[in-house]
Amino acid sequence: MLTSTVFKPSVLKGPGMMLARRAYHPRVIEHYTRPRNVGSLDRHSPSVGTGLVGAPACGDVMRLQIQVDDRTGVIENVKFKTFGCGSAIASSSYVTELVKGKRLDEAARIKNTEIAAHLSLPPVKLHCSMLAEDAIKAAIADYRAKRAATVLK
Amino acid sequence: MLRIITRARPLLTRSYAGAAAAAVLKKHNVSLNTHTDTQTAAIEQTNIRSNSSEPVIDLAASPVLKHAYMEDKSHGTRPIYLDMQATTPTDPRVLDVMLKFYTGLYGNPHSNTHAYGWETNNEIETARQHVANLISADKKEIIFTSGATESNNTAVKGVARFYKKTKNHIITTRTEHKCVIEAARALINEGFEVTFLEVDANGLIDLQDLQNKITPKTCLVSVMAVNNEIGVMQPLEEIGKICRKNKVFFHTDAAQGLGKIPIDVNKMNIDLLSMSSHKIYGPKGIGALYVRRRPRVRLEPLLSGGGQERGIRSGTLAPPLVAGFGEAARLMAQEREYDNLYIKKLSDKLMNGLLSIANTSLNGSKEHRYPGCVNVSFSYVEGESLLMALRDIALSSGSACTSASLEPSYVLHALGKDDALAHSSIRFGIGRFTSEEEVDYVINAVKERVQYLRELSPLWEMVQEGIDLNSIEWSGH
Repeated sequence: MLTSTVFKPSVLKGPGMMLARRAYHPRVIEHYTRPRNVGSLDRHSPSVGTGLVGAPACGDVMRLQIQVDDRTGVIENVKFKTFGCGSAIASSSYVTELVKGKRLDEAARIKNTEIAAHLSLPPVKLHCSMLAEDAIKAAIADYRAKRAATVLK
Repeated sequence: MLRIITRARPLLTRSYAGAAAAAVLKKHNVSLNTHTDTQTAAIEQTNIRSNSSEPVIDLAASPVLKHAYMEDKSHGTRPIYLDMQATTPTDPRVLDVMLKFYTGLYGNPHSNTHAYGWETNNEIETARQHVANLISADKKEIIFTSGATESNNTAVKGVARFYKKTKNHIITTRTEHKCVIEAARALINEGFEVTFLEVDANGLIDLQDLQNKITPKTCLVSVMAVNNEIGVMQPLEEIGKICRKNKVFFHTDAAQGLGKIPIDVNKMNIDLLSMSSHKIYGPKGIGALYVRRRPRVRLEPLLSGGGQERGIRSGTLAPPLVAGFGEAARLMAQEREYDNLYIKKLSDKLMNGLLSIANTSLNGSKEHRYPGCVNVSFSYVEGESLLMALRDIALSSGSACTSASLEPSYVLHALGKDDALAHSSIRFGIGRFTSEEEVDYVINAVKERVQYLRELSPLWEMVQEGIDLNSIEWSGH
C-alpha cells in the first residue's frame, strides 16, 4: 500500500528536475523564435480574407490573412501578425502551417484543442489556441463575404 | 516507502552538486557542495540545459533572438540580473558575518542563563542597532520579523485590532503592495472600514484628499515609501505631519526604500515602518518592524508565544539572519552616498536609452522616484512576449507576486493607464552590483527586440498606416 508513487524516481532523475518549472514548451519556443508566415497580404484583394480577433486590452490581438484560389477553394498563401504572449505567437504561427494548402472547408474544421495539444499549452494559455481558431474562422468568413459580394452565383 | 526514499536521495544530491563540485574538486582539491562558485555553477546549468532533450533552436534563422537563446558551454550563460525589486544578490560581506552562526555561535539568543545565549544575544543587539541607525530610530523600537509581509500584517492588523473598541477605520492607497491591500481586505471582513486612496497619473496621493478622508474613527494611515512596481516615492514627511496633527498612527511600508531614500522616523513622524532584509543585499527570510515608543504605539500581536521582541513577535530569532540583516543595514549606511550616485547614473543612462525608442513611456512620476526602479511601457508590444525575447536579461513585468496571473498590473491601473499599456510594461531594477556594460547591453537588446516584436505586431502595422486603434471595435475575450 505504501509503495504508491509518492516519490517518482523518474521525475527526480538528472536534469529534468531542475527544468521542471520552465514556463514554455520547447515547441512554443521553437515557433516563437522562428515564426512561420509572418507578414501581410493585400487586404483589398478579393481573393484575400482577413481575420482580426482579440483586443489590445486583453493583451492578445491576432490577424490572420488567407489567399484563396478562387476556382479550387484551396488556401494558397497565409500570413499572420500577432500582438500577444509567446503562446499566442506560437499558436498563430502553428495555425498558418496547418491551414496552408488546405481547402476552406477543411481549414474551418481546425479545432483549438489540436493547436493546444501540439504546443502543450497550460490551462492559463488555452485562450491563445481559441484565438487562433477564431482567427482562421474569421478569415474564412471574411473571404466568403467578399466572394458573395463580388461574384454572385 | 523507505526503499523509495533511499533511492531518491543519492539522485538528488548528485544532480545538485554535479559538475560544478567535481570541477572545483579537481582544480583546488577541495570538495564543494554549494554554489558559491557562480561561474562554475553557470557552466553546469548550461550543460544540463544543452544535454536535455529540447530541440536545438536554429539561431541562424532568428538573428535578433540569437543572444537570447544562445548557450555558451565554455563560459556558462546566466541572464543579466535586473530584477532588484524582487530581490537583491546577497553582499558577500553579509555572508561572511552570517557563517559563524552556523558553526560556533549556535546559542539561543533568548537563553539568559549561560554564555552561549549571551554571546548570540550581543550579536543580535549589534544588528538591531545597525537597523535602527538606518532610519534614525532607537534600537528598542526595532522588532525582528520574518520579512516585510509579516511586518505589514503585524502593523496593519495589529494596530487596527488593538484600537477596535474606539476606532474602526484605516486608510491606505490603491498602489500598496499586495500584503497591505490583502491585510486591509481581511480587516473589512472583521468589520473595519477601509479607505483606499486614489493616486494621480504620476502615482502620488493627494495630501488634501488624505486630510479629508481622516475621521475621528480613523486609527491608522498606511502609505508605502517607495512603490515596488514603479519606484514612485510618496511624500512621507507631509503625510506624517497630517497624521500627527490628526492624532492618527502613520505606518509606512519601506521595504523598497530602506537605506535607498532618506528616512528619519522622528523627522517624518512615522509611527510604524516595515523593513525587509533581502531588498538591501541581506539574507531572505528576515525583516523588521519599527514600532514607536513615544508616543507609544500599541498593537495586538499576530503570534502568541514566549513574548520575545517586546511581546510583539514571539518565537526564537534566527541569529544568522538577524546578523546578516544587521550587516546589510550597516553596509547600506556606509555605501549610501556612493550607491545612490552610481545607481542614479546608471538609471539615467538606462531611462534615456529606453525612452529614445519610439512610442515608449515611463510609468510613474519622473521627479518623485527612486532611480533604481525604471518601469517603461512599450506600446504595441506585449510584455510577456518581450520578456521571452529578453531571455538573456532577468526582468519582470511587474511584481513577482502577481506575475503568475495574467491580470495586468493593478498599480498601473490605479495610475489610469489603459489595459493595453499595462500589458506592455516592463520593470528594470538597478542595484549595487549592476555594471555599466550590462546597462549598455540591455539598452541595445531592448531596442532590437522591441523592433522585432513590432514587426510581428498587427497593432504596430495599423498605427503605421494611420489607423486609430480606438476606432476599431475589438472582439475581446
